[in-house]
Amino acid sequence: MLITIKQADFDRIYEHALAERPNEACGLIAGHDTENGVRVIEKVYLLTNIDHTNEHFSIDPREQLAAIKDMRTNGLKPLGNWHSHPESPSRPSEEDKRLANDSRASYLILSLMEEKPVLNAFHIESSEDGKTVRKEELEIRGEDSAEE
Amino acid sequence: MKITVAGEQKEVADGLSIAELIVLENVETPEYVTVSVNEEFVNSDSFESLILKEGDVVEFLYFMGGGR
Repeated sequence: MLITIKQADFDRIYEHALAERPNEACGLIAGHDTENGVRVIEKVYLLTNIDHTNEHFSIDPREQLAAIKDMRTNGLKPLGNWHSHPESPSRPSEEDKRLANDSRASYLILSLMEEKPVLNAFHIESSEDGKTVRKEELEIRGEDSAEE
Repeated sequence: MKITVAGEQKEVADGLSIAELIVLENVETPEYVTVSVNEEFVNSDSFESLILKEGDVVEFLYFMGGGR
């Protein structure tokens, strides 16, 4: 699946993750899925990591509920979440995989370990061997880009 | 009766409990799911006993967490 995110939303995630460093930062993504199989992120939510550490994140459930309500109000679909890895690569850790329990969700991970940020998207679902991870194609698009 | 589940209006049987709705909706890994009814969180101990009413708005919130 191709996932698109606006440059401005990428910038918001990146700036929030920088501000929260050294702790992990997190939030939700919302938008819609097109008939052509493109997942369009239309809004990102910057939420509180109630673990407040550089090793874990847990999204505040009250903020999560408020974000879901906002999505419903604005006709957006919950598409998954994002979180930062301040000191590690942009790939799901064992704990990320263990706690990824919604196979419909996309999981975005922003790595800050190098000077240039790296954002990747993953699909994670349960399988006989535990969890199967598949990297999804992610496109960061400018404001003038046409939607697929 | 009509209730709203995850943003979609649905017709369900009267007397449906949260626990029955979780099964009906094929919720994945329910042990990691928090349920809200009309924007109030429901304690998992009440899933069997809480009976839904006409017009209730239900959300299933997956625990969202991880680590490096």
